[in-house]
Amino acid sequence: MSDDAKKKMTPYTIPIGPTHPALKEPVMFTFEMNGEQILKADFAPGQTHRGIEWMGMRRNPVQIVHLTDRICGICGVSHSLAFARAVEQIMEIEVPERADYIRAIIAEFERIQSHLLWAGVAAHELGFDTLLHLTWRVRERAMDTIELLTGNRVNYGIIQVGGVRRDFTPDLYPAIEECLQYYSDLKSTLLKVFLEDKTIHMRCRDCGVLTYEDALKLCTVGPTARASGVNMDVRVDYPFAAYGDLAIEPILPDAHMGETRGDVFDRIVVRLLEVEQSIDIVRQCLDRMPAGEIVWEAKVAKILNQFKKAHGEALGRHEAPRGEVLHYVRMDGKEHPTAWKVKASSYSNLMSWIPMLEGEQIADIPIIVASVDPCLSCTDRVAVVRNGDRGVMTKEDLHRLSVAKTRRLMA
Amino acid sequence: MKTTPDKLLSPDEVVAVFARKFGKGVRESRITERREGVGKRPSYDIWLDIDKSLLHAAVEELMRLHFPHLGVISGTDIGDAVELNYHFSIYYGTKHGEYMVTLTVALPKGDLTVPTIADLIPGAVFSEREKQEMLGIEVVGIPDGRRLFLPEEFPEGVYPWRKDETGIPASMVKDLWAVGRPENRPVPPKAVPEEQAAEAAPAEEERHE
Repeated sequence: MSDDAKKKMTPYTIPIGPTHPALKEPVMFTFEMNGEQILKADFAPGQTHRGIEWMGMRRNPVQIVHLTDRICGICGVSHSLAFARAVEQIMEIEVPERADYIRAIIAEFERIQSHLLWAGVAAHELGFDTLLHLTWRVRERAMDTIELLTGNRVNYGIIQVGGVRRDFTPDLYPAIEECLQYYSDLKSTLLKVFLEDKTIHMRCRDCGVLTYEDALKLCTVGPTARASGVNMDVRVDYPFAAYGDLAIEPILPDAHMGETRGDVFDRIVVRLLEVEQSIDIVRQCLDRMPAGEIVWEAKVAKILNQFKKAHGEALGRHEAPRGEVLHYVRMDGKEHPTAWKVKASSYSNLMSWIPMLEGEQIADIPIIVASVDPCLSCTDRVAVVRNGDRGVMTKEDLHRLSVAKTRRLMA
Repeated sequence: MKTTPDKLLSPDEVVAVFARKFGKGVRESRITERREGVGKRPSYDIWLDIDKSLLHAAVEELMRLHFPHLGVISGTDIGDAVELNYHFSIYYGTKHGEYMVTLTVALPKGDLTVPTIADLIPGAVFSEREKQEMLGIEVVGIPDGRRLFLPEEFPEGVYPWRKDETGIPASMVKDLWAVGRPENRPVPPKAVPEEQAAEAAPAEEERHE
């Protein structure tokens, strides 16, 4: 076979990763390509596996709560909340009602900042950087409020086994309401720039489709599942913390758009509407906030002593911004748990990449991969192997391809 | 696929369905309840301890009620066996009506095999791959048996979640506190002792005046 014939041989393979511009953490993709079209997709996570579960099984739950804060840089409260709820259930701790409300409020602020962060990333992947800067600027307001409430922008450290470590006193309510008002006023602008924009429509409509059946079969969770029409939201279905007391309905795309297509656009719709829903949930919480204690036991030594009496297993769940977080804990009368399994929301969503990506083009990879809001991280190198020739595509190259596709569609 | 349940059963009725179908194959069952918030609405977790040979049939039985969402499979090394817990949820999409259903199977250390459920729920393969590498079990019939999270150079025969001799040996653990400071770096600046800092402070104030 001549060299020319070899070059034309299809399919060829493109590995993307283990580091990739569209991700916040590394993952290794391998694509089998025919020209611009993806025939087959495969991925290998675990590029930054830290063995947190192994570490946790050698620590006590008060220490683990602070370890869970650091599982994810964006979900600062989701993992701690799920873990603390599992331990509380084993130890049969009654969490004060006020603490349940504080937990829900901070979880909703987390959702606001996380969804806005994601919306910015999505805009950037499409080459719409003006919108990235706008969304990230308005996101700062939520970060400031979180800092005011907990003392930190990330790793809030607010959850304790049996309650929370800081009270949201009534003098903070005006600041919270001011922040909520800021987002209420912005709502129509954000919906307009994202949903009525021609470019976003062209790039995201019918792109990266996940069908209802696939979403169920692949165990998808959160906004990714809801965008495919799966009615699933832990806050609504499975009452916990303050959520059982509140009026909440799951956000599904057909209520707003009249139909469900399960594409990237629907995922944008669901997340933007959830920002609005979170504002409403925080307001409901503030209205009903019961008075009283915020923690079951303030003395850490006493809590630690209780762990030694704890026997049993339990599940802690929470609806994180990306979907269901699930912690399984088993205690056998020792200070440290016998078993601890962390199931992050992205754990359930990664499999859905495969049906979304297959059949799409290289230039769509960044936005489709980002559309499930994967909790993996970012850097700037992509290796391309074509018939044994190895070239490296930088973050800029891939981004340029994506921008070029937008331009092409506009022409 | 049963995406809409015919009838919403109570947690007791769900347990009864399994007891009727599998008899003594269900070794233990319990229902735990948790109530939070002011309204104290209950959320239910159903735990069923079943024979390993019944796992596949039990998942099929669950699918007859409602297509279950598989959260994750967790596992524990309990000494002479490895226990796997399949954490499902059913009746999602019903306001305050979702239950967690956990199917527990014990795999004796002499026979660490379990049938795959990926033929019923394709997404399960992700969690099954993780259990293979972390617990050293074998999922029979798994459509994709590659490692998932562990790196390629991770030694064979070492399983991070095991508590016996196949667990992580002490030689593989790096204690951060024992690593010490790299020798080829400049010495860090020394903090001024508190007493000296206190003495220096008033002098500074005078200068400002």
